[in-house]
Amino acid sequence: MSATTKIKTDVVILFAGDSGDGIQLTGSQFTATSAMYGNDISTFPNFPAEIRAPQGTTAGVSGFQVHFGSVEVFTAGDTCDVLVVMNAAALKANLNQLKPGGIIIANIDGFDAKNLKLAKFPTDVNPLRDGSLAKYDVHEIDVTKITRTALSASGLGTKEMDRSKNMFVLGYIYWMYNRSLDNTIDFLKLKFKKRPDLVEANINVLKAGYNYGDTIETPMNRFEVKPAPVAKGVYRSITGNQAAALALVAAAQKSGLTLFYGTYPITPASDILHELSKHKNFDIKTFQAEDEIAAITSAIGASFGGSLGVTASSGPGIALKGEAIGLALMLELPLVILNVQRGGPSTGLPTKTEQADLLQALYGRNGESPVPVIAAYSPSDCFDTTFEACRLALEFMTPVFFLSDGYIANGSEPWKFPKAKELPDLTVSFAKNILKEGEKFLPYKRNAKLAREWAIPGTKGLEHRVGGIEKENETGNISYDPHNHEFMVKTRQAKVDNIADYIPLQTIDNGNAKGKLLILGWGSTYGSIKTAVKSAIADGYDVSHAHVKYLNPLPKNLGDILKSFDKILIPEINNGQLIKVIRDKYLIDAKGLNKIQGMPFTSAEINEKIIEMLSEN
Amino acid sequence: MQTQTEIKLTAKDFVTDQEIRWCPGCGDYSILKQVQTVMPELGLKREEIVFISGIGCSSRFPYYMETFGMHSIHGRATAIASGLKATRPELSVWIVTGDGDALSIGGNHFIHLLRRNFDVNILLFNNEIYGLTKGQYSPTSPVGKVAKSTPMGSLDHPFNPLALSIGAEATFVARSMDRDPVHMREMLKRAHQHKGTSMLEIYQNCNVFNDGAFEVFTEKGTKKMNTLFVEQGKPLVFGENGSKGIILDGLKPTVVDIADVSANDLWIHDEADQVKATVLVRFFNHPSDENPLPRPFGVFYKEDRICYEDALQAQIAEAITIKGKGDLDELIAGRNTWTI
Repeated sequence: MSATTKIKTDVVILFAGDSGDGIQLTGSQFTATSAMYGNDISTFPNFPAEIRAPQGTTAGVSGFQVHFGSVEVFTAGDTCDVLVVMNAAALKANLNQLKPGGIIIANIDGFDAKNLKLAKFPTDVNPLRDGSLAKYDVHEIDVTKITRTALSASGLGTKEMDRSKNMFVLGYIYWMYNRSLDNTIDFLKLKFKKRPDLVEANINVLKAGYNYGDTIETPMNRFEVKPAPVAKGVYRSITGNQAAALALVAAAQKSGLTLFYGTYPITPASDILHELSKHKNFDIKTFQAEDEIAAITSAIGASFGGSLGVTASSGPGIALKGEAIGLALMLELPLVILNVQRGGPSTGLPTKTEQADLLQALYGRNGESPVPVIAAYSPSDCFDTTFEACRLALEFMTPVFFLSDGYIANGSEPWKFPKAKELPDLTVSFAKNILKEGEKFLPYKRNAKLAREWAIPGTKGLEHRVGGIEKENETGNISYDPHNHEFMVKTRQAKVDNIADYIPLQTIDNGNAKGKLLILGWGSTYGSIKTAVKSAIADGYDVSHAHVKYLNPLPKNLGDILKSFDKILIPEINNGQLIKVIRDKYLIDAKGLNKIQGMPFTSAEINEKIIEMLSEN
Repeated sequence: MQTQTEIKLTAKDFVTDQEIRWCPGCGDYSILKQVQTVMPELGLKREEIVFISGIGCSSRFPYYMETFGMHSIHGRATAIASGLKATRPELSVWIVTGDGDALSIGGNHFIHLLRRNFDVNILLFNNEIYGLTKGQYSPTSPVGKVAKSTPMGSLDHPFNPLALSIGAEATFVARSMDRDPVHMREMLKRAHQHKGTSMLEIYQNCNVFNDGAFEVFTEKGTKKMNTLFVEQGKPLVFGENGSKGIILDGLKPTVVDIADVSANDLWIHDEADQVKATVLVRFFNHPSDENPLPRPFGVFYKEDRICYEDALQAQIAEAITIKGKGDLDELIAGRNTWTI
């Protein structure tokens, strides 16, 4: 063995291959193992919309980027240190992500004439042979051949053998970063519970990959990334969609209500349904409706009956739900609407991330229809924010929007999860019949928060009718009275505006409370902004970062914060949406930084803009 | 304190303080009256009953029923009722809808409700016209219908709502009419009694925009010759003094004079027979057609099939049996944790 071990503070690995190569699984296994080892971690799965996109082509490349460190990490990394490519197309599609001097681990079987042609390399050009990769450290391995050899006695067919290729690569990476195989071995035992032959085969190949590193004769480096100094506690790894699902269960348990989840399959929101449907022993009712409209209206029906009605979708589905959101707003029933945003408009970029549905959430309905909107900023924050959406819906009898996006929904990070008993109590009390003789029930009578009572069917004496037609104040009867309509519109607006009294004030995440430049972000840009601002402050720049979670209503002190800075920069993965709201509400000359490529910001992009703005006069 | 079961409810107890806004002479009045009359006979408490409607003239119905109610948005009452019934199976849920609401804008939810078989009742007021939007042809209007939007006559071939229902795997399919209160009350009761989605089509006259659309079936002079009232176990007989009958010639229904056939040859109605029901709902001639079959009324099909809400509840019970009642801390922690 001729390897030497180097210590690194953080490393980014990008696994890339055909969408059928098991890249996502390989990446998530490495993530889980490193997280359990104690690294701080952030991941970014990036895959094509097609389940089995054309094999061997750049369109079919699936990627999984993992950033792990002995220091805190906030993004999946701007560029990678290690690029694992299962074929020529994966190299072609991702080489620009690799740092100069970075490591390429290439499966040479994926660089045969056929694969080179599919990846559209010119005839007789093989990047592994033509010297074009000279500035990188290339590890060529015939993964297919070694895998088949390792499994020659397994009795498996060639096709089944080849499916274990990803385990070889994982084993090799485990060797390179000094990681234990135990977590993945346990995972394989569980995954292939019913196929002991596959458990054995995969473990053999995993070990073959590890041993390959140990025995290879070439001088090679191994690396060590020590555990990160993160807060003490018990952790798990979580994606944003998992976190949202768990929060819904938690909110149902803490409110004592049945959770009804009406939804229609759509990328990238479907994983929330998949997660919830596994937990029916929590008295959860998941309902895969016939369309987006039935998904939300069934949830409204459930809310009318006294359940926690929730629906989820992505932009195109939310567009279809618009009329029903207006109905929930008029009925003044609790309803949580999760929008896991993706690239738009129309079908757009289903598997890519974007923040372009903010204005849709705020304004995308007919009539004056205010709805509270809150946004999560990281995978684990999807838990807190979804739970908070449920609280607002129940406390204020209103539909509430929760926004996340493909980046944090599919991305994962370690999560120091809470205990159930630490979560706020959300107990609701339904209206009771305390009417005196001859007194009529007033379904639209309001409390101090301007919320009406939740009078559910089955409550004797509180029979009443609600509907989408404008209703008379208090009685809820149909009313076309002009002044009543204006009063009701203003009242519904005031109800939502007043929520500002019941949410936390805006804080400064990093930097001083006043100064030259404030970076104002929302949603999934958090990690990139955090990293960029941290590094700019370290370099002596006067810059601060505030991240808005409550987008409607905005925190009461946000205006004061904005006015404490000479310049405001609002980076968004869209063509400028929060910036419109901020300029409109505070009459401030905020500047935008916009990226609309279906990809998150790199921290370098934000850092560059910070320096540019602070260098201007 | 007295409970409602001790007080015998009457039709008046189901009347609200709201002024009814349908046009004078509208068939909806009769339907409202029959529903209010039948309700006390169903043995339900008012607070257990929910009426849900979409949009259209018929959909004002919930405002006039002293029960829980929701006047929702166009076409979606069926989906709203599904969510309510899934979570509150003990409630008696009634959907009031029209031909436009259920079959045009709400067509998708309508067919999916039928196949899922929630235990709810659909009252589909069919007047073959859009009334509230002031007189456009509807998905049940006949081809050639001259209406506001079709001055040269409509081009659309109409739906046969009950054939559509059977095609969508409905477990209860029936038809009645606004002008026959006794029959309608009977059908309302049957709809309530059926465990599963009960689809009751009610021919309803819109005297403003489509007056007389069903008059050959509803008016004294022509009703007997053109309608067939089916009853379980009874032969299909109609006409003046029951002089006509239906026989099945293979799968082809044929009108015969009773005098010409033996009583045993007549088609005996069997609500459980889906094939025969499929034929029966296809009696869809207009009396002006050549050799028309009479328009049937009554319960055409009834099947016992598990309701969605019961299957859902059973699955939850099964999950609890296998895994035990969910523990939130275990769920949040997941399978792999590590301590730092």
